Amino acid sequence: MEIYQVSVFVENKSGKLADITDVLSENGINIRALCIADTADFGILRLIVEDPHKTEKILMENGFTVTLTKVIGARISDTPGGLSTVLRILSDAGISIEYLYAFIEKTADRASVILRVDDDVNAEKALTENDVELIDGDAFHE
Amino acid sequence: MYYNKKIETMEREELKKLQAERLKKTVERVYNNVPLYRERFDEYGIKPEHIKTVDDLKNLPFTYKTDLRDTYPYGLFAAPMDEVVRIHASSGTTGKQTVVGYTKNDIDVWAECVARGIVSVGGSDKDIVHVSYGYGLFTGGLGLHDGATKLGAAVVPVSTGNTARQINIFKDFGSTILCCTPSYAMYLAEAVKDSGISPDELKLRIGIFGAEPWTEEMRQEIEKGLGIKAYDIYGLSEVCGPGVACNCYMQNGLHVQEDHFIPEIIDPDTGEVLPEGESGELVFTCITKEALPLIRYRTRDISSLIYGKCECGRTTVRMTKPCGRTDDMLIIRGVNVFPSQVESVLLNIEGVSPHYHITVDRVNNLDTMEVAVEMSPSLFSDSVKVIQEKEKIIKQALLSTLNISVGVKLVGPKTISRSEGKANRVTDLRKNK
Repeated sequence: MEIYQVSVFVENKSGKLADITDVLSENGINIRALCIADTADFGILRLIVEDPHKTEKILMENGFTVTLTKVIGARISDTPGGLSTVLRILSDAGISIEYLYAFIEKTADRASVILRVDDDVNAEKALTENDVELIDGDAFHE
Repeated sequence: MYYNKKIETMEREELKKLQAERLKKTVERVYNNVPLYRERFDEYGIKPEHIKTVDDLKNLPFTYKTDLRDTYPYGLFAAPMDEVVRIHASSGTTGKQTVVGYTKNDIDVWAECVARGIVSVGGSDKDIVHVSYGYGLFTGGLGLHDGATKLGAAVVPVSTGNTARQINIFKDFGSTILCCTPSYAMYLAEAVKDSGISPDELKLRIGIFGAEPWTEEMRQEIEKGLGIKAYDIYGLSEVCGPGVACNCYMQNGLHVQEDHFIPEIIDPDTGEVLPEGESGELVFTCITKEALPLIRYRTRDISSLIYGKCECGRTTVRMTKPCGRTDDMLIIRGVNVFPSQVESVLLNIEGVSPHYHITVDRVNNLDTMEVAVEMSPSLFSDSVKVIQEKEKIIKQALLSTLNISVGVKLVGPKTISRSEGKANRVTDLRKNK
């Protein structure tokens, strides 16, 4: 199962981010991972949640602009050089990374990295060939 | 179909004769009853008997909005108060409000003008006319109300506001003609969509919109959103109210009710009358009004005139859709900018919402202009780069049309206030500096 990220437009105004998280909280949506991209006048909140389709629907009903994007999840070791290994593999395969964000897991010495790349198929192929464990969507989505 | 076929299809020569006769009477009326006109005509050395034909009109002095303010409230009335049966007033957002009056006959004439307009866009006495213009001192509500009543249609005087109820009335009462400002029509279209109703479920077929400038692009948006044909009605309270001119079903210019109002297009700087087809300031002379017959009233609206016979069969002159008012015009770093130009640019870009707001400021002695545009699903992406590219496309399009660089600010969906009356699309912060 693929991993889908929910991206939400955030106007650059105080309280706007809390407006979004309030909606998520009221609807019992648990955030598994997130990152925020910000520019001078707007931001994009990127979320990994259990049910991306339901989350998209709820946010849209509450008046937010939302989009779903397929992203790649990779397991890396929570040790120096863990991220570097993955990035080198992608670089060698000629794949550009749009953005990424990482988080550590509660158990084990592992971390996860969410990657948004320009070529999903080849990125997944390169990572698998180099023995990097890809995270199945089921790990996040129910 | 015509409401008054004889007048609406009258040959030009015959019409000119009728206009000349009425103009003469009106000039006499204002000269004898309104001190300001008597003084001004005397100043110009004009006596009523000098006005013999419509061509003599160009020798008469103009009337300005300031004249109404200077003689506030009733100083330009040409009828005694016992003949006045209605008083309206402008909103006064840009200064002291202006007060206008009507005799019984003025109200009848106004209603007939509106009735002609409704018929010329395909309406009839079988229609259910939903009036969502504001009722009150503003001429929109009662103007359309009286016109539709005169026609014999069923009027639903909803007035403005309470959008959910408006939509229920569309459904339950089977409204067929909607009358309101174009910005409120846009808002209603959005609300219909949000409530999950398809325009096909509604009986609406015609929209008659006016009281503010709107673009051709906005017309198409409204037509799509409500599943109707959208028509322009024009008027201003000083001249009469909505109905001075109205589209016919050809949607190619607005027929002026010339047996009551004579239009001219002038150069706003020199006051010279411009030839047919040239764009300039629209000026009206009322030739049948009794209470407030203004002579050569400067509307500040920019338009042009088409005299050729219309395909609908009407011979009355058509004015082109006003593209803005001389006083809506913003001067940004010496360049003239109309909010309607911004609207056209935005609506021509796929996926941009028609709601926008312009903020003008002065930073370090330099004018700045920023357009707030609502984020829409088609502008949005998970990638900053993609959004910024789209932002750049909007900026480029504005630059190439306006010839000045304009900032674009993306704001959240539905955060730009929706108007139930006339939209307020510009904030000019320079005024407070």
